[in-house]
Amino acid sequence: MAERKLFAHELEEILDAFLFASPSHRSIERLAEMLEGLPRHQQDFVLRVARGAAKTNTELGYLVATLAINALDRLDENAFHDWVIAGLDVFDKKGLRAAVETLRDIDGFLALRAGRLHASFADVEQRLARFVLGLSGRPLALKSGAYPWTDTETIYLPERLAHFATAEDNRRLYQGLAVQLWAQTRYGTFNVDLEDAIAAWPEPMERGQALTWLAHLEAVRLAACVARDLPGLGTLLGELRGAWPAEVSVALVDLQAEDADINDTLRWLDHFMVEGAVPPAPTFVGRLEPGIAARVRNERITRDTETLKKAIGALKGAAGKRHAPPNDFSAELNQETGEIEVRVDGEAVKLPDDARAAAQSLLQDLGQVPPEALTPAGDAPWMPDDRPKQGGETLCSGDSEIRYDEWDYHRNAYRRAWCHVFVTDVKPGEGSFVRETKTRYAPFIHQIKRRFEAVRGEDRILGRQPDGEEIDLDALVEAVNDRKSGAEPSARLFCRRVRNERSLAAMFMIDMSGSTKGWVNDAERESLVMLCEALEKLGDAYAIYGFSGWTRKRCDIYRIKSFTDAYDDAVRARIDGIEAKDYTRMGVAIRHLSKLLNDQPARHKLLVTLSDGRPDDFGDEYRGTYGVEDTRRALQEAREQGIRSYCITIDRQGADYLKHMMGPASYTVLDDVKKLPLKVADIYRKLTV
Amino acid sequence: MTSTQLKTITPELETLGAEPYYQSVGDEIALFEAAAQKRLPVLLKGPTGCGKTRFVEYMAWKLKRPLVTVACHDDLTTADLVGRYLIVGDETVWLDGPLTAAVRAGAICYLDEIVEARKDTTVVIHPLADSRRALAVDKRGELIPAPPGFMLVISYNPGYQSVLKEIKPSTRQRFVALEFDYPNAEIEAQIVATEGGIDPPMAQKLVKLGELTRNLKGAGIDEGASTRLLVHAAQLIGAGMAPAVAGTAAVARALTDDPDMTQTLDDLVRAVF
Repeated sequence: MAERKLFAHELEEILDAFLFASPSHRSIERLAEMLEGLPRHQQDFVLRVARGAAKTNTELGYLVATLAINALDRLDENAFHDWVIAGLDVFDKKGLRAAVETLRDIDGFLALRAGRLHASFADVEQRLARFVLGLSGRPLALKSGAYPWTDTETIYLPERLAHFATAEDNRRLYQGLAVQLWAQTRYGTFNVDLEDAIAAWPEPMERGQALTWLAHLEAVRLAACVARDLPGLGTLLGELRGAWPAEVSVALVDLQAEDADINDTLRWLDHFMVEGAVPPAPTFVGRLEPGIAARVRNERITRDTETLKKAIGALKGAAGKRHAPPNDFSAELNQETGEIEVRVDGEAVKLPDDARAAAQSLLQDLGQVPPEALTPAGDAPWMPDDRPKQGGETLCSGDSEIRYDEWDYHRNAYRRAWCHVFVTDVKPGEGSFVRETKTRYAPFIHQIKRRFEAVRGEDRILGRQPDGEEIDLDALVEAVNDRKSGAEPSARLFCRRVRNERSLAAMFMIDMSGSTKGWVNDAERESLVMLCEALEKLGDAYAIYGFSGWTRKRCDIYRIKSFTDAYDDAVRARIDGIEAKDYTRMGVAIRHLSKLLNDQPARHKLLVTLSDGRPDDFGDEYRGTYGVEDTRRALQEAREQGIRSYCITIDRQGADYLKHMMGPASYTVLDDVKKLPLKVADIYRKLTV
Repeated sequence: MTSTQLKTITPELETLGAEPYYQSVGDEIALFEAAAQKRLPVLLKGPTGCGKTRFVEYMAWKLKRPLVTVACHDDLTTADLVGRYLIVGDETVWLDGPLTAAVRAGAICYLDEIVEARKDTTVVIHPLADSRRALAVDKRGELIPAPPGFMLVISYNPGYQSVLKEIKPSTRQRFVALEFDYPNAEIEAQIVATEGGIDPPMAQKLVKLGELTRNLKGAGIDEGASTRLLVHAAQLIGAGMAPAVAGTAAVARALTDDPDMTQTLDDLVRAVF
């Protein structure tokens, strides 16, 4: 039944409810009047979408409502929805101003949607990142930037490329640009001080021209280098670029020679600048930022040199510890293989992997390994702790490399790469918690172990097999009798042992949020002790990770036991060390841990969550329905990957949301903390029989 | 009935006729010869397809001893190694397993990927790998002393880091360990060219491809392309396939099933050819 349309004053009331915080609030009256003209179903639609957008930012909600009439003229409801999502995505990445511009540009949105010809950075990022890693062997990050350039550690590529008519060609352009920028780092573009080289043209205008020329001339030289080493890529670059611009043709032969280096390029740069020639447009060549690149490169060289020095020092030190100090110690570069050869008293010693990587990196940067890097740094053995930490706490302040999408139910869409995950180890506890628990619960543990033993996969002996380790005597007697009585004897006379495999991997996800402090935390730790004892009997692959966090920028995953860790003292100390931390952003933890679980070869996979309440995070955003919906979505994703999930929750408030979040028969609510340790192992057994 | 009255079948073992192609990369030949002379068992470590099996074949040829190779799998039991009773007509016949045959003949017994075998196989391996040098055949009540020519060689790939697939210290500490890795680019190109029957520039391209895929180790694939894979690609090229097609089939597709990773590897194949 069609309902009557809403009048302006009614619209105003509704709009007011979700736009009250907007700075543009004062003009709501006019907005309501505009919307009054729409039919009811469109009014409802606009209100719904605008309300969703306002959850992210009220100003955007207001903008969506204002642009709605204009937009509905040109977009159907699906397109309208996508248009808003595109705007919100930009807001997530670049903030309000960019989002407003994106939303206002309905024409641009339509052009993109109609053509779908562009390629976007997000589409190609993963594939390109792996490709570049394959090429270089040292990590080169990819990020989106305003234009293509590299600081020698990160390659920046535009958010979107639409130069060619088809998306496939534009993706190839991404690849081509990435290859050129990689080639700058690989074939020594930054091996001289470029700032110094272009210092002759300090005027901004001239400097710009010099840099563009330099980029072009280097592109000529690098394309030749690439084509020599990787002919396939040489062809790709050629196809993308077409013929070289006529302006550079005089320099081609010289720059394409096999022994050409950056100095030859600089000579030609002088030639063109002195002539005052205007450079061609820099479409395919990327830009150069010599200042930043030089700084990043120098920092890396210092770091690599340090790493190498320390590693060599450690080898010398370690050798010195074993015997007297080595009489004869040498570390030199083998020019043919490009490997550092360390010899202690005439015996070849292998460098650790990170030192070898550092040496290779130095070779790429400098074309050689500086002699000072090959002098050992002191006699002290090199401790891994000396290295600048590449993970763990030092990283936490910045962005994480590991990111996950998050489901936003307001938008009915994912927020891309929204949650930053940091994986660290739980700080080992020093107490005797595990021992005490084992003593306290000794009878229970014994009981659980026995029950678990009954479940364990045992070898079975199959009789009457055509082939096997042993003769099946029963079958043999029968066969002999058959033969004597003239019947045809069976040929299946052997027995064979077969293994009953459980092939199960279980991931335990432990809530380490602040609310678990005290009883719940103790109960969780006790449960883990009992679980580990029991699982060791069973022989299933299992892992235990804790999770906590503080906003999407910092989602912490704590390793307690990985699938490959044995249940040893280190694991026991980490169980002891589990403590209440911050908040419970569950979705991202589920996504990360189900990824780990998925790498397991087992046929059955189980994700068990221990928590003390609903998902929650700092600020209002994640609290309530948003968190529940995101968690539910994450569990769905896990299920699609073949992971079964189960949740054990201690929630005295009764957990009405659980059925919706987990699905029926996938959770247990305990009203009493003390039951947890006794329950968990039992639940696990029931789940996996 | 005692074991001597039993009919026993022992497979005939022969020494290799033609010299297998093997390109030495270090002092592994001398070490192996010394171990053989001193009757020490040898453990070969290294990634898959880097030439461990070929090396053993070559050494068996060089030392003029028969070679028994057993590819271990997770259902390989002691009986599979030592032997079993069979019923032939009305008679029970004993069939020597590969290990027993090797011991009797004074051959080299090569247990490939030993970690895959069931744990109970250590019962027969340990006495053969220390000063006892004897094989106990329980079912026959027989203890066969190993002749001087017998040599036990096992291999394993430390790259697979599964807890279940680790070699126990009590086993590994009985063996002289030789470490293998992919040869450097120049030697590898030589191997690929010789084995695949292709010209050196093409072999260098394949080796370049191998290098690029090894850069991705740990970033989506567990191992980069082995020398064996590169040889396969070379052989396909030698049989007239286009290099890119051969590289895709023999290298890219062989390394992964993951669609994203396949794309990347295809990109790398295209980059090289």
